[in-house]
Amino acid sequence: MSKRVAITGNEAVAQAMRQINPDVVAAYPITPQTEIVQIFSTFVADGNVDTEFVTVESEHSAMSATIGASAAGARAMTATSSQGLALMWEMLYIAAGLRLPIVAPVVNRALSAPINIHCDHSDTMGARDSGWVQIYSENAQEAYDNLIQAVRIAEHADVQIPAMVCMDGFIVSHGMENAELLDDHVVRSFVGQRTPRHSLLDVDNPATFGALDFADWYFEHRRQLADAQTYVKGVVLDVAKEFAKISGRNYGLFESYRLDDAELAVVVLNSAAGTAKAVVDDLRQQGMKAGLLKIRLFRPFPHDEIVAALAGKKAIAVLDRADGLSTMGGPVFVDVRSAMYDAPGPKMVNYIYGLGGRDVDTEQIAGVYWDLARIAETGKVTSPVTYLGVRE
Amino acid sequence: MSANGKQKGWKDVPIGGLILEAGSSDKYETGDWRTYRPVWDQEKCRHCMICWIYCPDSSILVREGKVVGIDYKHCKGCGICAHECPAKCIDMRLETELEAGEAEGAGAGARCCAKSGGEAGGK
Ligand code: SF4
Ligand code: SF4
Repeated sequence: MSKRVAITGNEAVAQAMRQINPDVVAAYPITPQTEIVQIFSTFVADGNVDTEFVTVESEHSAMSATIGASAAGARAMTATSSQGLALMWEMLYIAAGLRLPIVAPVVNRALSAPINIHCDHSDTMGARDSGWVQIYSENAQEAYDNLIQAVRIAEHADVQIPAMVCMDGFIVSHGMENAELLDDHVVRSFVGQRTPRHSLLDVDNPATFGALDFADWYFEHRRQLADAQTYVKGVVLDVAKEFAKISGRNYGLFESYRLDDAELAVVVLNSAAGTAKAVVDDLRQQGMKAGLLKIRLFRPFPHDEIVAALAGKKAIAVLDRADGLSTMGGPVFVDVRSAMYDAPGPKMVNYIYGLGGRDVDTEQIAGVYWDLARIAETGKVTSPVTYLGVRE
Repeated sequence: MSANGKQKGWKDVPIGGLILEAGSSDKYETGDWRTYRPVWDQEKCRHCMICWIYCPDSSILVREGKVVGIDYKHCKGCGICAHECPAKCIDMRLETELEAGEAEGAGAGARCCAKSGGEAGGK
């Protein structure tokens, strides 16, 4: 029987890792992720999992050890945040390039400088072109559900790409919520065993991983990685369908909230979507045709589906919890607006919000919808990129 | 894996740059990266095998317990063999000078054929 518990995001993710029972976990502590592996290490110490737990001297080593384990054929995981993910940087590309289906929860936190331990998405947005699948989670329940599904997605024969499951630091990682945990055996049979096609420990079928790849083949291998990305969204949907059978919870590439008949739409990911839903309900009562699109799968970017969901809207605001510093908006905005180029119509604006853990409240998000209403009415965008909640 | 000139496309090869054939680096000739060429003096060699142990590229060719030459298709010219040889019978010489001499003498193209033919068995 599944059970309903009061749990933090970190605890929920640690429980999911216990139930997944990976062969190897190599990790290094960093706020606000520390708890995940700290709790997981107690499962190791208590013999609740069969995992080989590797304590390492840095996140670079954590990802390196995870890569080695995965190449050896293990189901390998790690977890990190912020500077830790930044330190993994070169190894992230290697994990993806070697096509190793590593799964890692990432607890979103701002990047230095100035030093800050609170939530924004600059860490995972920096890794968005690394080749990893990125799945974003609104709350503890989604982080738990997404992590379990990520194992199946990453290891799928057509995919073979590492996946990171993101949730907001402190807001979700340390916030206590009501969530439903599945039975251990249900999760274990859902994730099954990893069956690598090739592995270093398969001595009967020797394989070289990470060989030199010059101008004569590198391009072809990168092309393969790009091709594999095209299968991800189909696999994400298939795995979600199967997951619905064991959990009763439905997932897609994104969540549409009162979006179908909406004229004004906000696009957002992670926890701010919860706040925005309350705003949508409120504005709907006031007669505004407000709707929300919460991106779940951000990499690869499900552009066709997002365009279909947003086509015909009058005005759209994309909320980014990271600044691209390009002077033309945040990374989510750039992708959404680029996708929408093929479906011209809606005016689009960007709001950079919540950097370094700055709270975003219902009033601010309501203000975004009112801006959209003005834009829809006048057809004029006066400020394409706005810093929402910064002190002027 | 790729120096054999076959023009396969991205759909034809294992993913992730995997090489599924053991010992295939033998086919990938890397000797032309070399700046200095170890020139081995057969007369002075004591066949102590120290160079064979130290060579990081398995390029000392051995047959029946005796050094028979150097595999110039894979030797990178690091000079470790020359440094370690107790008999000082390996001399590191500039490739450019040797090549210039070879071009004048035996003609160009001799560079990679300087090893004794077919002696890979002892590697
Ligand atoms: S120069 Fe280096 S690579 Fe060449 S034979 Fe000597 S030790 Fe081996
Ligand atoms: S180290 Fe010198 S003497 Fe010994 S086998 Fe090698 S070349 Fe000959």
